[in-house]
Amino acid sequence: MMSLNPYSILAETVPAIFIQFFVLLMLGLILFGTVIQMIHHKNLTYFLNNAKKAKLSAERKLGAGERMSIVAKTVVHDIATTAELGAGKRRVAHVLGMWGTILFWISSVVMIFCYTSGDAATPTLWPMMWHIGAIMTCVGGYWFWLFLRVDVLAEAHPWYRIIKADLFVLTLLACATFGLIWSYTQSLNLDGRWDDKVFLILYIVSNLALFGGVYWSKFAHMFYKPGAAIQKNLAEADGSRDNLPPLAEAPKQFGLGIKREQPKHY
Amino acid sequence: MSTFVYMTRCDGCGHCVDICPSDIMHIDENIRRAVNIEPNFCWECYSCVKACPNHAIDVRGYADFAPMGHSVRVRREEEKGTISWKIKFRNGNTKNFVSPITTKPWGKFIPKLAEEDKPNQGEIKSQMLYTEPKGLNIDGKLPSVPKETFKKGVYY
Repeated sequence: MMSLNPYSILAETVPAIFIQFFVLLMLGLILFGTVIQMIHHKNLTYFLNNAKKAKLSAERKLGAGERMSIVAKTVVHDIATTAELGAGKRRVAHVLGMWGTILFWISSVVMIFCYTSGDAATPTLWPMMWHIGAIMTCVGGYWFWLFLRVDVLAEAHPWYRIIKADLFVLTLLACATFGLIWSYTQSLNLDGRWDDKVFLILYIVSNLALFGGVYWSKFAHMFYKPGAAIQKNLAEADGSRDNLPPLAEAPKQFGLGIKREQPKHY
Repeated sequence: MSTFVYMTRCDGCGHCVDICPSDIMHIDENIRRAVNIEPNFCWECYSCVKACPNHAIDVRGYADFAPMGHSVRVRREEEKGTISWKIKFRNGNTKNFVSPITTKPWGKFIPKLAEEDKPNQGEIKSQMLYTEPKGLNIDGKLPSVPKETFKKGVYY
């Protein structure tokens, strides 16, 4: 199962061009949903206004090289490892989900556009990446959903309470879960049994919900959060710091500090 | 004035929800970020401002704290045991202060909440805060002055 390209098996019954068109449609939906959300929520205006304010209160001017270095450091440290979440389970779950999803999507696109038409055999790397990505997404996502979600952890709501903010994580989990089950049924070669196409349909529907719901869901946070992290680090470097005080030089009499507790005191 | 949250900085960790003594910091159902659900009931204790690991919460300060148009931001560094304050006045002048953190381990002092039973869903959902109504010492109803005890005359 892990080394099988499920899309090449699908391409035996559905023309590859249809599958490729579906991927392009999904990309179009992401673009459309994000642009509409940016216009409606005025996110970009907020970012630009914040950048202007930071520039006015900057204590020193950053050179182009310094800016590039800060951006590169932010991408490697803050964005790639979601440093914003601090050390702990939330960060591990997010890293698993984020990198799993990236692997899942990249390998999907490569397998659909390069290895569904003609007789080109799929190198084992891509199906492996696709399956491992989906499994990582499921592990990180279900861990977050059941135990680490702030609604469950700090607010003490039951795990089965669903709100609008769950649209993104639930549809993403549905995509990865149904994708894996569909791949498994493909490998069994069921050939016409009732469950042969059921999981493919569920996989398609969950993809449509995930990418079609960009405007309503938290999907676009994957574009905004890196932008906010870069802006935050640039503001720290130029001295504006969003009006925050500078880092303290702790006098010795202030002691060794304290340990932050998990927000679970209900 | 009440607290508010910078949505670009908040990551929905729940520290403010956990610490708010007035139980008004909650998680927004649309974007899963912190939000002050009842600004009128905020008494500006600054607990959430100080607890936020991402410095995402701010307070619109009163004019008696510093002239209007100022900004007060807080940076808490647990590992150093310091809490720093920066006041930026509307004319651009700034003042910086550094103090020690005096926070004690949760629930070990007064009240000793760590020794209490875990609340059930009904108690969590109730609008009553911890020890209410018993802690208010009002015998189950709010105190009032009976109308018949009023003196005759014009009341403003």
